[in-house]
Amino acid sequence: MKSKGLTKVDLIFESIDAREVLTKAFSMSSEEIISQVLESGLKGRGGAGFPTGMKWKFTAAEKDPEKYIVCNADEGEPGTFKDREILDRVVYKVYGGMAIAGKAMGAKKGYIYLRGEYRFLLPQLYLELHKFQKMIAEIGYDFSIEYRMGSGAYICGEESALFESIEGFRGEPRNKPPYPTTSGLFSKPTSINNVETLVTAMMIIARGPQEYVKLGTKDSRGSKVFSISGDTPIPGIFELELGMTVQEFVNEFGDGDTKAVQVGGASGFCVPRKKFAETIIGFEGVPTGGSMKLFNSSRSMYNVLHNYLDFFTEESCGQCTPCRVGCQQLLKGVEKVKKGEAKSTYLNELVKLADTMKVASKCGLGQSVGNAFRSIVENFREEIIY
Amino acid sequence: MYQTGNMVKELAEKYGRKRESLMPILQDIVKKHNYLTDEAMVEVATELDISAAEVYGTASFYTFLDTEERGKNVIRVCKTITCSMKGKNNIISTLEEILKIKVGQTTPDKMFTLLETNCIGWCHKAPAMLINDMPYTDLTPETVIDVIKGYMRK
Repeated sequence: MKSKGLTKVDLIFESIDAREVLTKAFSMSSEEIISQVLESGLKGRGGAGFPTGMKWKFTAAEKDPEKYIVCNADEGEPGTFKDREILDRVVYKVYGGMAIAGKAMGAKKGYIYLRGEYRFLLPQLYLELHKFQKMIAEIGYDFSIEYRMGSGAYICGEESALFESIEGFRGEPRNKPPYPTTSGLFSKPTSINNVETLVTAMMIIARGPQEYVKLGTKDSRGSKVFSISGDTPIPGIFELELGMTVQEFVNEFGDGDTKAVQVGGASGFCVPRKKFAETIIGFEGVPTGGSMKLFNSSRSMYNVLHNYLDFFTEESCGQCTPCRVGCQQLLKGVEKVKKGEAKSTYLNELVKLADTMKVASKCGLGQSVGNAFRSIVENFREEIIY
Repeated sequence: MYQTGNMVKELAEKYGRKRESLMPILQDIVKKHNYLTDEAMVEVATELDISAAEVYGTASFYTFLDTEERGKNVIRVCKTITCSMKGKNNIISTLEEILKIKVGQTTPDKMFTLLETNCIGWCHKAPAMLINDMPYTDLTPETVIDVIKGYMRK
């Protein structure tokens, strides 16, 4: 597949006339909004990549008069910090995206679940919210937004755990189905979208889907905000068109000595240098919620893997056995191999365990531990053993 | 130990006596007192008419809803990969040295508690830490000392 190269884009942080866009959106029918979002090909920007238009369509199809739009601002994936920047700089576009989603689905109420680590942003977010509510009241549209805070639990970024948390319970994911679009927050039809997804949706309505599909590839339309950290001379937030290879990314952001890039955070994939050129960043290659961490040759990939496993062991909600026990055993297992207490072939057993967790865990947390585990163990086996 | 006085009752009135008010109520108590005492949790349970086990069960799930005594200023140093790569250990040892406590402990004057935490979303400005709600980034042993001295003067 031919790559599109690396192109910087300014869509998310670009300032727009929110009143004008919302007035236009509120005059559109639910079907018109949904068909424009579908046409744009937008997929969720939180990491899972579910088509946003479909989510809205399913929620809109529900007959219940009470529905919710929930903004997932529980950005906790290691290496991801773009939602904080979006909230900090253009929160009015998040509010706007929520109101447009509300219009599309027939929801009058929205919740933003903000991670506790970002509580310091609240005063300014409320100030902007006050201005926003005043503006849509002037337009003559009925829609309200409330904040709910997280308290330091990574798992609450999982949609159904997030609902549990808002409802006042432990953040333990629910069984699916039913999916949120039929039974979500307070068991009502709910569309839950990432911060960046909502801003992108507002930009699609503002610019039209035809403009948006010009960006990206067939499987990964548009652009994406990347959170770039690790061994790079220019860490920070960059909005890039989707469809570049890891090599092109490294040429721009690497320090000349990049040996691996972790795409998609601790629950994502580790791409080694030999696969940079062939790996596309996007849904056709390695998907990402935006987290891009670069490691140069001075880094021990054992330490990286150990850090991730320690993270998952702490953040597993403990509800289902494959994830709770699996995380602990993977961590203990790599420690044993490193210390020489277990043979190197024990790593193969651990990979099998990670594969079992993928099929047997209840939610995305346990299902994704194997992504980083497998990709690091397979590509940097000698660093794990010696 | 602290006395809640009328606080729990007032919070129950402010948020409403329903299950979904539990998190905001617990969060507000922690914001003011930094941790939850058994007494406070029992009081919340009484106000919301749920069992104390439900309150403790929920609180103990969340890292920031501490059920052990915490100091006036809770320091949480990020230990996730980028901060770890960029010198988190130096930050911890500097903090341990000036506060004369280890990770997990509280100073005898109850001014500071030192903890580690998972990714707080400042990887591009690592190493980073939170003191209560406030993030501090691009830390060096020198800047950490300045920050802590600032809190000591408060």
